[in-house]
Amino acid sequence: MKKILIHPLYVRIFHWVNAIAIVVMITSGWQIYNASPVFSAIAFPRSLTLGGWLGGGIQWHLAAMWLFTVNLAIYLLLGIFTGHFKAKFFPLGPKALISDISQALRGRLAHDSHEYNAVQKLSYVGVIFAMVLTFTSGLVVWKSVQFQTLGLVFGGYDGARIVHFVGMSLICAFIIVHLALVLIVPSTFLPMITGKAKPFPKSEKDAQHVA
Amino acid sequence: MLLNHKAISKMILPRRESIIKLERRVFMKQALSLGALTLLAGCDATDPSAQDRILGAMSKWNDKAQSLIFSSDRLAPVYTEAEITDPFPFNAFYNESESPVVKEEGYKLELSGMITDKKPWTLEELRALPQQSQITRHICVEGWSAIGKWGGAPLGDFLRKVGADTTAKYVGFKCADDYFTSLDMPTALHPQTIMAFTFRDKVLPVKYGFPFKVRVPTKLGFKNPKHVMEMFVTNDYPGGYWEDQGYNWFSGS
Repeated sequence: MKKILIHPLYVRIFHWVNAIAIVVMITSGWQIYNASPVFSAIAFPRSLTLGGWLGGGIQWHLAAMWLFTVNLAIYLLLGIFTGHFKAKFFPLGPKALISDISQALRGRLAHDSHEYNAVQKLSYVGVIFAMVLTFTSGLVVWKSVQFQTLGLVFGGYDGARIVHFVGMSLICAFIIVHLALVLIVPSTFLPMITGKAKPFPKSEKDAQHVA
Repeated sequence: MLLNHKAISKMILPRRESIIKLERRVFMKQALSLGALTLLAGCDATDPSAQDRILGAMSKWNDKAQSLIFSSDRLAPVYTEAEITDPFPFNAFYNESESPVVKEEGYKLELSGMITDKKPWTLEELRALPQQSQITRHICVEGWSAIGKWGGAPLGDFLRKVGADTTAKYVGFKCADDYFTSLDMPTALHPQTIMAFTFRDKVLPVKYGFPFKVRVPTKLGFKNPKHVMEMFVTNDYPGGYWEDQGYNWFSGS
């Protein structure tokens, strides 16, 4: 059967550049966090931090932030203006969500289409939101005086540090689930490189793609 | 054709799994220590100098970006007396007991570089300058912050008074504890950048930088030198104690 394009080229480029940027941002961010933990009970293992010391961590963090930001901005613009987000992530209603979550919890959520189910839609929209949240709160942590108006949204410098941490945690939660699912359904891995996958024979939507 | 496809996918399948394993391994390695950016830039990640060069170049780029974001008339937020952090933390690259004790008697602020009137200033003369006070947030490069109250003379007024070339790039400071740092001229001239002689309306204690500290609420804490002995204006990049070790030079907030 003829393969169909499920991930456009720009999505694949975004995905892999983002994977690198996010790993650098998180591991260098943990280095910075450890210098003065927001939550005294939480510290990150030194072996998982990037940069060697605070100064090195900051250098990595503030270098990779450009890669992360520019890449994310291009993805968001293309995703919105090509209609990709609308087609892939919406509609996203509570009814479909509840039904898909209950199916997923019972282990019955079938992977029988390249269309995203409601749980997938929510997690992708959610992680995009988490990245935007982490970016905006990060701007305030970085330049709390220059971006003080934006800072009001987060409750100032200290509030922005907490939001930045929460955003990072959400992204980490996504990564763990995302990687676990790729391991469970390995056939989803290669299409993120080649862009192409075999259509599911019973899926009407997939059949439309081929046509 | 169909058979061919099957045969190929049989060959590919185990390989695909190994790619996944490899991918995971690469991911773990990155998470541990590897410089992913250098991989992207096509550099040898094991060569520390290549890595340092890229990070150094990015830090310079960030200096430029910050000077563009910086606004001379955007003021740092101010707070109320009730919000002052008590006790205000001591911070330096040494312990509090090792703070340098500068005697008021005989102290003179030395001026050098691109300044017309290089006459040294006594503390009494400095205190006679028009003073202002501010309750602002000190943000440390480590991430913690504390609110304090400082009083003193605007650095910009002083620089103009002594005939400093305000078109020069940098204002540098040398301190009694061998600390040194430097500011970009626009920040030095910012209305909230002051030579602070008091803390909470009392003479600046030794631990907070007697005889004076340059209080810069638009910069991170380490850009606020204490125990200042000499000030100079220059176009040659002066660096700083922490900046030379890798902290970003501009470090605005």
